[in-house]
Amino acid sequence: MAEKRRARDYQQAETERLSRWEKWRRTSSKSLKKALSEVKGLSSYLVLWRRDIRSIEGKFGTGIQSYFSFLRFLVLLNFIIFILMFSFVILPTIIPTFGLFNSTIAYIPPKNDICTIYKPSGNKGLVYFYTYLKDLLSGTGFLEVTSLFYGYYSIDAVWISIMRYNLPLAYLLATFAYLALSFLWIVKRSVEGFKHNLVHDADPFQSYCNKVFAGWDFCITDPNAARLKHRSLQYELQMDLQEEKLKQKIAERRMEEKLRIYSLRIFINIFVIAILSGCFYSIYRVTVFSQENSNDIGNANSQVNLLVQYLPSMVITLANFIAPLIFAFLIKFEEYTPAFEIKLTLLRCVFVRLANIGVLLFSLWSQISDCGSDKCKPCGYNYKLYPCWESDVGQEMYKLMIFDFIVILAVALFADFPRKLLVTHCSCKLVQWFGHKEFEISDNVLEIIYGQTICFIGTFFSPLLPAIATIKYFIIFYVKKIVLIHTRKPAARPIRASSSNFFFLVVLLIGLLLAFVPLGFSIARIPSSKACGPFRNFNTSWEVIPDTILQFPTGLQQFLFGISSEAFAVPFFVILCIIMFYVIALARAHKRVVEQLREQLVLVRSDPTLDSHNKENFRVELIFLGTSCNCNKVWLYQATHMQEMCP
Amino acid sequence: MGNKQTIFTDEQLDAYQDCTFFTRKEILRLHGRYYEMAPNVVPMDYTKDPDVKLPMQLIINMPELKENPFKERIVSSFSEDGEGSLSFNDFVDMFSVLSEMAPRELKAIYAFKIYDFNTDNFICKADLEKTLNKLTKEELTEEEITLVCEKVIEEADMDGDGKLGFADFENMISKAPDFLSTFHIRI
Repeated sequence: MAEKRRARDYQQAETERLSRWEKWRRTSSKSLKKALSEVKGLSSYLVLWRRDIRSIEGKFGTGIQSYFSFLRFLVLLNFIIFILMFSFVILPTIIPTFGLFNSTIAYIPPKNDICTIYKPSGNKGLVYFYTYLKDLLSGTGFLEVTSLFYGYYSIDAVWISIMRYNLPLAYLLATFAYLALSFLWIVKRSVEGFKHNLVHDADPFQSYCNKVFAGWDFCITDPNAARLKHRSLQYELQMDLQEEKLKQKIAERRMEEKLRIYSLRIFINIFVIAILSGCFYSIYRVTVFSQENSNDIGNANSQVNLLVQYLPSMVITLANFIAPLIFAFLIKFEEYTPAFEIKLTLLRCVFVRLANIGVLLFSLWSQISDCGSDKCKPCGYNYKLYPCWESDVGQEMYKLMIFDFIVILAVALFADFPRKLLVTHCSCKLVQWFGHKEFEISDNVLEIIYGQTICFIGTFFSPLLPAIATIKYFIIFYVKKIVLIHTRKPAARPIRASSSNFFFLVVLLIGLLLAFVPLGFSIARIPSSKACGPFRNFNTSWEVIPDTILQFPTGLQQFLFGISSEAFAVPFFVILCIIMFYVIALARAHKRVVEQLREQLVLVRSDPTLDSHNKENFRVELIFLGTSCNCNKVWLYQATHMQEMCP
Repeated sequence: MGNKQTIFTDEQLDAYQDCTFFTRKEILRLHGRYYEMAPNVVPMDYTKDPDVKLPMQLIINMPELKENPFKERIVSSFSEDGEGSLSFNDFVDMFSVLSEMAPRELKAIYAFKIYDFNTDNFICKADLEKTLNKLTKEELTEEEITLVCEKVIEEADMDGDGKLGFADFENMISKAPDFLSTFHIRI
């Protein structure tokens, strides 16, 4: 501290000698920094769940805390998406219904075509009460005609005083906007972790130095957590040493061993693919069955109908639960190193979860575009079964989301709490062997990413879905927190905070990119329903955009057509490739410089002509140069080492 | 903010704000924590720069430090008199370096001091063994400890002298992805 004060006094003495301009600059930058830190302090009070996450960090370490921070990020993301959809799509439809600002709705009269016949049931007349419950759970009936689903927005334009608000265009652009916003936000958050992984790829840093010097989490204040941390560090180090021995053993494998293991791996991979195809096929059949039977009006009021409607969700959840167990069992036979085992199992689980949604959507589309025996001739899609197919897809997404939520709550209530009660009060050996449930971070994260992918896909078909997702994740935060505090013990094998943050965001990004595919397909390929929705008068939803562009002045039109033509796209792509290659070459050059500097260090050490003081300076400067290749700027470093660095 | 507080003069608070990463409020709160550890010894009025130091025993019983295996080393590294007692300046300095806002380089300097048990400006094999034992509560076998120490020195020692100088340590820490998130204490 005394050194810092001396440095500060030295700096202040220096400023006396500077020009007035410099003085003013320095004082203003100082006061700006102070003001910014005050604002930051105040705004930290606005951060959601600040105290909860801190207490979790203190008790369970940074690995589990990263899960809860991720959950908070998803709540915020969904909230912002909802605000976006609300202000551009839902608000303009609400304003005319209350007649504010002298607004009216413009409808284009329907063409009296067979394609435009759409009679949602809407529960007219006297119905049993449980029909309302059933409708709430499955999105049919009275919910189908509300603003929850796409079918409600059968509006062509909204006149607010004299301005014309083009709702179809707004709907489509809001969809693109929320996708772009999510993409940019996720990429921005993951850039930190990516930079690290890219530059330090050569040094496998899941290793000893990191564990020894950065292993103890200084935030831990709870004695139980400290004890667990000690044990987990010990476990990690022992595992690493074992892995070393295993690697040596692998290197010494003989030819026959290798052959045996590789053929076993191929066999197991084929088996995994077989399981996956089994899952996908069953989801396909169940979806087809569910769609066929739930459209049968005769069954409309029976409880069985609800079960049939939820069948795809149940099968998907079952597949998501069983497949990881099978993978975890199989991977033991493949004899990989423990670190690779974890990665491969995670990869397979991610694939299963995301591909299941893809298969569901694919089977829905095969039903909608089922054009055998001329069912789609007049309209381009199966208009008899699906007069308003976007609402149907929206309903499926809604059902998936509700069922996912119910399952998470049910597992917490009926599996975790009873298990804890059993383990603490019953001391028979079988129950004790079962033990406390560990908080598996990766499983929980995949769960919420699965829910978020559904939200990304479903928001186009159901604009209120992000609001439901926000509320769902909000409640899940508290449920998981209570479950964590009361029932589970932290995992013995810890997941590191840095790599796990990056991993969560990468998987979320994969989910988002996966969402682009079905959305792109629905918007651009499948003809939009003629009976409902804002795109009734267009062939496909995408057509709104070329339509609007044709109304622009000719100059702008030509410019926009020019951008989308090949004459522009191909050179643009080539330039992007060149930039990418340049950046990769730069990164490689930096790595080589670091290597060379390292070799120089060893030489300097053994150089007899330099005296020790100069050697120390030279060494420090070389290392400083090496680290500044990673762009670190240090002023305080210099301030506290001024005696050594200054001549 | 305009609060009338009489613990520090404005110049003192400005100096603290410049030399640490804390705001006015946080410095006052830190003074509160320092005071409540020994209300009989620590004065409420710091305007005259009183020379008061608290012994190590009191500081390592703070809830933030109690469970930390390196608590004695942390307190000794920030103590100016070498016996582990901290004045208020040292106390604030310690938490400032360990706060979220301190840069990696600064934390590396103090981390080196903490892990250097025999204070010879090198982290040698004996220091590493002590570190490991503190981390795992002496549960590792002799052979495992030797192996891990060898691995650490192999990874981090760049000039081949068999121990880690500050330059080696800092280079290694700059590549450790978890260092910033674990080497911080919230107060």
